[in-house]
Amino acid sequence: MNLEANMIATPQRFQLSAVTEGMAINPYAIRRDFPALQQSVHGKPLVYLDTAATAQKPNAVIDAVAHFYRHDCANVHRAVHALGERASAQYEAARKKVQSFLGAQHSEEIVFVRSTTEAINLVANTFGRSHIQAGDEIIVSEMEHHSNIVPWQLLTQSVGASLLVIPFNEQGELDLDAYATLLGEKTRLVAIGHVSNALGTINPIAQMIEIAHDRGIPVLVDGAQAVAHMSVNVRELDCDFYAFSGHKLYGPTGIGVLYGKREILASMPPYQGGGDMIANVTFEKTTYADPPQRFEAGTPNVAGAIGLSAAIDYVTHLGIGGFAEHEDILLRRATEAITSIPGCRIYGQASAKVGVVSFTLDGVHPHDLATIVDREGVAIRAGHHCAQPVWQHYGIAATARASLGVYNTPEDVDTLMDALDIAAKLFR
Amino acid sequence: MSDLSNLYQDLILDHNASPRNFGELDCPTHRKEGSNPLCGDNLVLSLRVEDDIIVDVRFSGSGCAISKASASLMTAALKGKTIGEAEALFASFKDLLTSLEPSPASANQLGKLAAFSGVRQFPSRVKCATLAWHTLEAALHANDVASTE
Ligand SMILES: Cc1ncc(COP(=O)(O)O)c(C=O)c1O
Repeated sequence: MNLEANMIATPQRFQLSAVTEGMAINPYAIRRDFPALQQSVHGKPLVYLDTAATAQKPNAVIDAVAHFYRHDCANVHRAVHALGERASAQYEAARKKVQSFLGAQHSEEIVFVRSTTEAINLVANTFGRSHIQAGDEIIVSEMEHHSNIVPWQLLTQSVGASLLVIPFNEQGELDLDAYATLLGEKTRLVAIGHVSNALGTINPIAQMIEIAHDRGIPVLVDGAQAVAHMSVNVRELDCDFYAFSGHKLYGPTGIGVLYGKREILASMPPYQGGGDMIANVTFEKTTYADPPQRFEAGTPNVAGAIGLSAAIDYVTHLGIGGFAEHEDILLRRATEAITSIPGCRIYGQASAKVGVVSFTLDGVHPHDLATIVDREGVAIRAGHHCAQPVWQHYGIAATARASLGVYNTPEDVDTLMDALDIAAKLFR
Repeated sequence: MSDLSNLYQDLILDHNASPRNFGELDCPTHRKEGSNPLCGDNLVLSLRVEDDIIVDVRFSGSGCAISKASASLMTAALKGKTIGEAEALFASFKDLLTSLEPSPASANQLGKLAAFSGVRQFPSRVKCATLAWHTLEAALHANDVASTE
């Protein structure tokens, strides 16, 4: 990256670059699309630095959801009336939108679920229960979110299989040599996070998938933290499953996506039983619908899918290819500033990182930090971030975490620094 | 006083920086682990109870300033109290932190523990202040691991 790009952008610079380069992200303009960012908390303008937990929602998403409830609300796949047809059409259009967003070959490869968590549990309960037996092995990494650990523990414990763990180094980068040695005759699945929510690390998943595929082992990617930071193409990655949540992509809560290769989905038994997932039901025998309906029992989150579709349109319109550069500028600013505070330590210094900074300040517990900066209007997260093994690695219990979104500005980072200063003074 | 300085009163900051009765008793009659699963705070409480009187009590573990100071001030307040008195104190403490109108009687009874009155303005932090007390209750009643969730 050249010197220009390293310099911290001021409002002026952003406006100029928006005109001259077209690609660059202008957070000052983008912020205006987010009504929740216009408020004050505790009498201070809100500085939202908890986007890794959930992103705020642009008007485009809020309006799409409201429009559905105001005009088109009906159940899907069941009604012949006008609203039912509109709702079904929009729901299936959302599926196609996700398909093209992920670069999937077929829209039947897109299963709507509640969240990343549900997507992973779905795979554990269907693919897992039909393909994994006593003595088999599943590989995860030491930096997984609990939602990519616990479903596999439940599965391996119930069938008598084992869970193997790829370690990471001090910087928070996976040990690929260890990974290669863990893969073996008994490995049935690799389940790996694309981006760590705790450390920010972008894992080299393309390479890891290739290594697994050389041995014929399928790979599930937890993309919860990836899709809002970079463009993802499941066909180029050649992953077998890819999971993400709408709410981390500036979309609604309660909607998530499981991508699965067509032939693998077709080989899997149903997840939940109920309406919409069947071909025919008698008390003697029920036959199941083809994917994706086989995995979408009951009335789905129609409004959520429509809101997610609007979110995809929104980030595509902004140019998701430019998100990483924008966040990287802020990440450098935050990293430098936090490193310069005496007693501050950053966890996660991978060379490939998204805008997530996990840190501690000597003598001030992360919870106290979060409470104090909240009074300055700054929202950060404190705790183990649902990734306790990461902190066991470092021998600590919790960190504070600031995470960046497309709407964050250099001033947001500066306000965080001022707030940290107040915290440090209060405790000295 | 601002909400923040009301929360982090000097007494609380002092007990956070130098917690009293920190460590574990050699021969406790009661011992319990407590945790806040959502934030990762954890605490071990050990007590010596003789003839219904808490003769000694210590705590160890890690947590935020509120949970550490609360454990520290709790241990100081408990020594010499009967189990009944300890339970009455917890009731008053909870009253101070969570009821809409804490009774003046509770505040009187609490002594130094009244320093936690500022926690009322921070509902997400009430569980930090009560972790040690929930652990105490579990220790005295030999419940399973204490948890504020
Ligand atoms: C890496 C990662 N995986 C999985 C999840 C779970 O996402 P959700 O809570 O939306 O199911 C999260 C979100 O916290 C995450 O950061």
